Order: sequence, then C-alpha cells, then structure tokens
Amino acid sequence: MTTGAPGPTAPAGRRTVHLAAHFPGVNSTTVWADPRAESQIAFSSFERLARTAERGLFDFFFLAEGLRLREHKGRIHDLDVVGRPESLTVLNALAAVTDRLGLAATVNATFNEPFELARRLATLDRLSEGRAAWNVVTSSDAFTGENFRRGGYLDRADRYTRAAEFVATARELWDSWTPATPASPYGVPRPFAHTGRHFEIEGEFTVPRSPQGHPVVIQAGDSEEGREFAAATADVVFSRHSTLEAGRAFYADTKARLARHGRRPADLKIMPGATYVLGDTDAEAQEHAAEIRRQQVSPQNALLALERVWGRDLSAYDPEGPLPDIDPDPAAVIAQGRVTDGDPLAVAARWRALSEAKGLSIRGTVIETTARQTFVGSPRTVAEALDTFVQREAADGFILIPHLTPGGLDDFVDRVVPLLQERGVFRTEYAGTTLRSHLGLPDPVRKG
Amino acid sequence: MPATRPLHLAAEIGGPPRYDAADYVALARLAERGALDFVTLQDSFTRPGLDALAVLARVAPATERIGLVATVTTTHTEPFHVSSAVATLDWVSRGRAGWVVDVSTTPAQARLFGRRHAAPPEALWREAGEVAEVAARLWDSWEDDAEIRDTSTGRFVDRDKLHHVDFEGGMFTVRGPAIVPRPPQGHPVTVVDAAGEHSEETAARHADVVLIRATRPEEAAAIRERLRARAAAHGRRPDALRVLAALTVNLGDGERPAEPGLESAPRTTGGAGGPYYRGGPVDLAELIAGWHRGGAVDGFHVAPEEPARDLERVVNGTVALLQHRSRFRTFYPGGTLREHLGLTRPANRYAHAGGAS
Repeated sequence: MTTGAPGPTAPAGRRTVHLAAHFPGVNSTTVWADPRAESQIAFSSFERLARTAERGLFDFFFLAEGLRLREHKGRIHDLDVVGRPESLTVLNALAAVTDRLGLAATVNATFNEPFELARRLATLDRLSEGRAAWNVVTSSDAFTGENFRRGGYLDRADRYTRAAEFVATARELWDSWTPATPASPYGVPRPFAHTGRHFEIEGEFTVPRSPQGHPVVIQAGDSEEGREFAAATADVVFSRHSTLEAGRAFYADTKARLARHGRRPADLKIMPGATYVLGDTDAEAQEHAAEIRRQQVSPQNALLALERVWGRDLSAYDPEGPLPDIDPDPAAVIAQGRVTDGDPLAVAARWRALSEAKGLSIRGTVIETTARQTFVGSPRTVAEALDTFVQREAADGFILIPHLTPGGLDDFVDRVVPLLQERGVFRTEYAGTTLRSHLGLPDPVRKG
Repeated sequence: MPATRPLHLAAEIGGPPRYDAADYVALARLAERGALDFVTLQDSFTRPGLDALAVLARVAPATERIGLVATVTTTHTEPFHVSSAVATLDWVSRGRAGWVVDVSTTPAQARLFGRRHAAPPEALWREAGEVAEVAARLWDSWEDDAEIRDTSTGRFVDRDKLHHVDFEGGMFTVRGPAIVPRPPQGHPVTVVDAAGEHSEETAARHADVVLIRATRPEEAAAIRERLRARAAAHGRRPDALRVLAALTVNLGDGERPAEPGLESAPRTTGGAGGPYYRGGPVDLAELIAGWHRGGAVDGFHVAPEEPARDLERVVNGTVALLQHRSRFRTFYPGGTLREHLGLTRPANRYAHAGGAS
C-alpha cells in the first residue's frame, strides 16, 4: 500500500507517545499577568519556546491563527492576550533556529486560494527540509469575512466541501513535479489542471517536493463533517476530548472511519489539546492549578463569559455573587470572533445546577466550567496519566498548551519528558529528520 | 544637494531558482559583510522558485543587520494577508523588512487562481496602490503603546488605541484592525520599481524607495526630480524618497580598459533587460560614485547576473573601494532598515485621532 517511514517504537508492545507544543499566544488560558510572562509577539518568544520543544524532542510546534480581533458588545475584547504574527512567516524564521522540530501553521481554507497557499506551504516544507504541517481550518463567519475580498459568502455546508477540494487541489499541485533524477535532482514541473466545484485553475506549480513529500495535514474539529473529513484526508487530528472516556470514544469512532477511505488506523494520529500544571507533589500542583484558574478567570473575564452565554449586558452583576435569575436571550449576538458554547439555554441550565450544587459564585462557576486543566499533578502523576491515555487508546499523543509565554514548557521538558523516556514510551533522540518520520506516518503516494 | 548625502546600495539575490535556504543565506550574509542597505528577492507565480517573503524570513535569524526586501504581488493575494506577512517579516527580522510592491498582469498568472481575468496594468497598479495604502493603515491600526498589560483593570490592551481602518478600495474592502501589532519600523519599507508609467504614480504616492531605469546620469536625475515633484504633489516630503538606479551587473570579465572612442568613465547600456553594466568592479565603483556625487541618484540597486560570482565582486571589489574612498559606510550605525536608509519611523496616523473605533 504505502512505504511506511520508520517511526519510533516502544518496547514490549507499548504504544509510543507523540508530543507537540502549542504556542500560548492568543487564547483565554494564557496567564499574561504572571511576572514571568513575556512578549507574545517578539521573535525571541517563539524562538525560546521552539528551542525548548526541540530540546524535549517534540514532534512539532503549533501555531494558531487569527483573522479578526474578537469583539464583545461591539467593542474590541481587551481582557485576554491580543495580537500575533502571521504563522507561516514565523515558522520559516523558526526553521533557521531549529533542526528537527516539525513546524505547524493553522491556515484558513476559506480566505485563501489553493495555488498560493500550496506554494507557501511547500516553501516552508522545502526551507525546513521536510518539517512543515498545515492545520486546515474553515470559516463561514461574515464577521471575519469583513477583512477579505470574498467576505462572508460561504454557508456552513460549503465550508467542508471547499476545504476538502482545497486540500485535494493542494496535493495535486504538490504531486505535479516529476520525481527527482540524477539529471534533475528536484524533478521538473508538469502542467496541472484542476476543475471542480470550487476551483478551476491551471498552470505549473513552482516548488518541488520536499524530503517528506507533502506537508503533514492536521485537522481540528469534532462535528460529523469534521470527523469524516479527518478520516478521509488528515494525517493528524487536533481533538478536544480531555477525559479518558470521551477520548476513547472519539478515538474508536475516528479510527473506525479510516478503513472506508482505504486507510489504516496508524495513518491518522489523534492528538488532543491538553493543558497541564506541575508541582513537586500532587497537592502542590492542585494548589497551583487553582491559582492559575483564578488568574485565567479574572472578575471581568467571569462577567464576560456570563454575557457570552446569556447574550445580555450583565455588567451590573457582582462576579462574586450568584448567577442571574433571568434567562439567556438565545437570539442575541454579543460576542464576535469566538467559537460558540452551544445552546445558551442548555448551558445556562447546566451552570445554574452546578452553582447551586456547589454554592458557587458567577466567577466560581465560570472557573469550574471553562478553565479546567487536563493534567494536574507531580511530574510522575502527569507522566503516568499521559501514558495511560495513549496505552488505553484515548489518544496517540498530545498538543500541549502551556499557560505561560514563552517559558511555560520548560518544566514539562525538564521533568516529565525524562519520566516518559524512562517508561520507554517516548523517544530519546529523533530517529529521522522529517515530521512524517517523527509521527511514523507513511510517505504520501504520488498521484498522477 | 549637500555633498554628504549618504550613498545607498542594495542587491538582488535571486537569479536561477534554488530550493534550499543555504545559498540565499550565504548571499545575504555576503551583502551584509559589505554593509549594503538591503537585499531584494524577486518573485513571480509563473516561474519555478520559492515564495520570496518566506525565504527572507528564513534568512532573517541567520543575519543581523541587512534589510530584507521581498517582492509581494498584490493582484491575487488578499490585502489583509499581505499586510500581515510583511509586518511579520519585520517582527522576525527585528525591524529589517521591506517589500517590493508588484502586480500580476498575465493571463497565465490569472489562471493559477481562477478568480478573475487578467486586467490592464493601469488598473492593477491602481489596485496595488490601494493595497499599499490599506497595508500602511493596518500597520497603524495598533498604536505603538496599545499593549498595556494593566493588571489593576485586567486589560491586556487599551482598545482605544486599536482602530478599525474601514478601507474601501475599487476592488476590495478591509475592516481591520490588524491582527499583527504595529511592526518595529512602524511601517516596513515600501519599494516600487517605477520602470513602467503606471507604477510611477504608485511609487510617488506610496514608496519609500523607488527603483528607476536610466543609462545616463542626466536621465536618472530627470526621473528622480520628476518623482520627487510628484511625491510633493501628494503632500509628501521629497526627501522621504530614496531613488536607486537599477543596474544588472556582469563582473565576469574582471577589469578591462575603457574601449577606445568612448569617454573614459564607465558606461551602462540599455537593453530589453534594463540598464546593463559589464566590466570590472573598480569601474563600477567609479560609475556609482560619479552618479551619486552628481546628485543623479541616492544609490544603486544591483542585480548580479550570476549572484555567487558577481555579488562577491561587488562586495569585495566595488564596495570595498567605495568604503576605502569614504563614499560608503563601513559598518551599520543603526539596526533597522529605515535607519540604514536615513528614513524616519512614520508617525501613526491614528495616534492623535482620539476616540475609539
């Protein structure tokens, strides 16, 4: 079927843990008020975190994307980290200061065009000698569309058909060069022509294949369409299931879908996003975790989270007081540029029940529901938990999201990675040079 | 024109396509050893080669001071993405970024995107001017001190210092603000090759550096004066414009005596590929010093015909001689490309506008 790249192997039939690092820039988990927090935009921050990830022998470094600043009640949201550089440009610079680390960029398939983006991704893959990855995301959001020529023109159903055709088209372009020969070590471009529902393009691609063939394709998203898209197309799924049971269910469901697309379970790696808090003891880690949750959910942030669910101005409420008696306005749009939390009436009912059962204030409720860390404990406890998730097929690995920029990965690399190595489930050196080789993914089959 | 007006030198590091970083890094470092203002990297969607801005981002951590200027076309690319990528090149190079604004005129380029038909150069350059305008506005859409990290109020940014740009062009609109905070230089350096009549207007309005084509110093001086007058007509200070003569150089033959019958000063010749210099590095130094001393240009942008060979001779021959004669800097007194060029950091157009957007 395909020639498998040599992947890391764990002894005695144990499954190997894969690790990636998310740069903790713009998100509500970053604790920017901590005195150790530095710039989320200076290149030195990216360089430090990437070097730490490479020192920890991580598979890849992951950047999210923003295309419009979030707004709340018609004004720019000002309580979390705001502002970030453009991902592919940062990753090309990081390719100069790292040797093995995979470099993953989140890039929207709705507000880009296949030829141009395929070229930019192939360029990163060449300049990093086979370490590039693309996290494919989509948008149907007219709010974001206001920054683009196309505007908010896509309905939800078309998001995935465009994304699927986009990825397929990019792969046609990546395959369009002839194989290398001694006479032409990069191969030569052959004309391509693609005609589909969303794209009709032709010409010649400008970049030869990299040592890993194609950039690795990552997909995030948990909907039915998202799972199917991942099973058909992706190399890695960035999933969101943080409990063992939810992870096992998602894992089983997604891996079962692969056969229908002629793929093996090992062809797709499932890597949930995960936060962690370490301490010398489990008790100390729990204390740290509670502190961090309070920093993540300031009184102002608690009220905003409440307003996002209720769709109403609740600024008169005391964040340390009880939840409001009034019901949410399900039709209201108060926050723009965010992922929605689901049906507001159901969310409000859940929050009320939790608040009453535990006697929690507004802030306490928001802390309980939105800021739970995935892994909390001593390095040994956390290493055991990560290993358990992987051995019990709840994940193939994790995309770790530190809460501090840029030093938040140091403790993990210094204290947890050695324990995973001791357990024999994590590499002690990079076996190959490409991201596909780190992930144990097959080389892409050249089509056409 | 004061005699002390500094000389500016830049070099193209493109040439035949290469698909790995090493050669580009080596050429940029070579140019940096010569204390050149900046290197450029040409780009197009219809010839084999890597994305130029990406290559220069890869070069940035491998260099310290030299300016990094990538060709970015504006016809098929989203203006918002253009602005973000150029600003990010400025962040990763710590204030050394620039872009050569270009357009994609051919049907072959249009077919790679399948979104629109090829348009006449006049319309595309008008659009390129709008992209330069919206990029500058997006770079200003964050005031320099917008990030406050005020723990007492829990605010990371002062949103009164973030601004929607609400730009409406002929072909696109952008709401803003930028995602990328204002880059280190305020505005990365905008370069326009004013070879064509349609690009000259965009250059006069938007460029910090203009590349011109002339085979004689008198011709260069006339174009430079015209550009400065047009810039002034747009309300710009003419001294905020650097006019560099573009010159393809072939130094492959070493030093040769001037041909009999010609004036003894080295000459350039015109041709399909633009002004062309073939000769030795010493004569090239004479030519550069002569044009510059006479006030015809602010400097030169040389495109080595064979980068590895010719750039080495430019740096170790021509530049070394100019330095020896105190015509060109021997070290970088500043850190940013604007500082090399003697250009001020632009004021933020929104900084005193007052009120939130």
